Amino acid sequence: MATQHSRSAARIMMAPAVFLLLVWMLVPLCMTLWFSFRNYLPLRGGDLGFAGFNNFTRFVSSSAFWPSVLTTLIIVGGVLLISIVFGVLLAILLDKPMWGQGIVRILVIAPFFVMPTVSALVWKNMFMDPVNGVLAHLWRFFGADPLVWLQDASVFSIILIVSWQWLPFATLILLTAIQSLDSEQLEAAEIDGATPLARFFFISLPHLSRAITIVVLIQTIFVLAVFAEIFVTTGGAFGTRTLTYLIYQRVLESQNIGLGSAGGVYAIILANIVAIFLMRIVGKNLDN
Amino acid sequence: MGRIQLKQVKKAFGDVVVIPPLDLEIVDGEFVVFVGPSGCGKSTLLRLIAGLEDTTSGVIEIDGEDATALPPAKRRLAMVFQSYALYPHMTVRKNIAFPLRMAKMDQAEQDRRIEAAAKALNLTDYLHRRPGQLSGGQRQRVAIGRAIVREPAAFLFDEPLSNLDAALRVGMRMEISELHKKLKTTMVYVTHDQVEAMTMADKIVVLQAGVIEQVGSPLDLYHTPRNKFVAGFIGSPRMNLVEGTEAAKHNATTIGVRPEHIDISTTEGLWQGTVGVAEHLGSDTFLHVHGVPGCDPVTVRIAGDVALNHGDTVHLTPRADQIHKFDAQGLRIS
Repeated sequence: MATQHSRSAARIMMAPAVFLLLVWMLVPLCMTLWFSFRNYLPLRGGDLGFAGFNNFTRFVSSSAFWPSVLTTLIIVGGVLLISIVFGVLLAILLDKPMWGQGIVRILVIAPFFVMPTVSALVWKNMFMDPVNGVLAHLWRFFGADPLVWLQDASVFSIILIVSWQWLPFATLILLTAIQSLDSEQLEAAEIDGATPLARFFFISLPHLSRAITIVVLIQTIFVLAVFAEIFVTTGGAFGTRTLTYLIYQRVLESQNIGLGSAGGVYAIILANIVAIFLMRIVGKNLDN
Repeated sequence: MGRIQLKQVKKAFGDVVVIPPLDLEIVDGEFVVFVGPSGCGKSTLLRLIAGLEDTTSGVIEIDGEDATALPPAKRRLAMVFQSYALYPHMTVRKNIAFPLRMAKMDQAEQDRRIEAAAKALNLTDYLHRRPGQLSGGQRQRVAIGRAIVREPAAFLFDEPLSNLDAALRVGMRMEISELHKKLKTTMVYVTHDQVEAMTMADKIVVLQAGVIEQVGSPLDLYHTPRNKFVAGFIGSPRMNLVEGTEAAKHNATTIGVRPEHIDISTTEGLWQGTVGVAEHLGSDTFLHVHGVPGCDPVTVRIAGDVALNHGDTVHLTPRADQIHKFDAQGLRIS
């Protein structure tokens, strides 16, 4: 009886959290679905009734749709590539005993605590500014013409800014993973004749595979929805319009909630496609 | 070939000297066991030979060549770790193949050696499994397999049996001994268990605080321990060390008598005492006798089963020819 009681007690105690989560997630989702089938133009007459699948066909047939999907995927891929490669290297570096280890580790983690809007503005005005930015000075120091980063290398700039924010997260997770590697394994490999490079690829990297999987999954979810960095730097110009940004433009700049909501539904589908691919590629690492 | 010579080898971590300058020769084909209490530097000594630690000063020679500065991989030694240190993401076959793969050996030769090792170690059915799916004893055998496929000049074992349960330990002890008889390769084995040392070794090196206390065959150490430390460390149960007037009768500061070298009687004898704890093992009986001046309790080993219990009064007589005498510095007088 005791277990029966505690089970029902557990259900009751979990109920508020479950309820809150359901409301938090289901209400916006249902509203998005509902609006996506309405012809809803706030400044041009409000809700003008059902639109059928009109919003969906219009959103896809827009010339901005496929480029925005592509940009989204490029940004996600680029950020993942940079944060995993440099995250692994940084984690290995930080794992080595050195003087001032604690302070260095805190400094490395620091960018993660800076708000996206702030870090994007810092990058835009202090680093990438073509006149007064640090990078412009560097370019001039070597006698080159300063690059107008956000215009000429716009997507790469966004990737750089977002990576800068997410690299600490990757480093942190990978560092904890690398600290759990049994040093006797590395010593055994050393005696077995493995070069430092071989030890990295045959011992350390496989050991990190699970942590890398986690980083990839979490970062994908967040980077798919990246918005502030684009909003405060390029404003979606120069080919940096992601799907999220396109939806924002449809809803607020074109004042068409129905069309934007349809885009939201497509964003959900895109996220799921990406998730399925990721789970197929890296998800099996989580099993063993 | 696998002759290892240590000449004035010293190891210090900062100001702490773990191993003061030390000389040792390990002959080709020998089974040498380093034994000593925890923290005596035996593992450090093994890691120095393996090349996992750098010597502070001194020379390590392998087959007459100076190997002091050689990286571990170039010393042609194979090591088996206490934690086995198997690669968890690789199958047993890949684990065993790893050193061969690193040496870029051709595939046919790799397969031949892996099959041979797997057969010798009863691992043929487990080659496709991962270490996580194996029992402790099997993992131990994989670690040994990974060592033997390299056909090294010498094997180094770092307390390889301490993670196994008692029954398995006895079995693996025999397997390693048999392996040594078959391969006739030099083996250096570190343990804190003197039973392992006595049963497996050709030569035992007893260490205390980084200093070699005695080097010799197991029976040498048993019959003529060079000092009190070795006398107390080798042999189970421990030797009884008697001090005071009883020792003075033999012109020594301390005399040592092994539990199996004491005759017991209920009527007459040299020392009188009462039985404290009596351990009846069936094959042997260990009596802990209290009341003997200079040593409390005295342990006595009697073959077979005897009807002596707690509180009984007994008389003990050490066999005169089996008494070890030690001076004030703890060194043997003979």
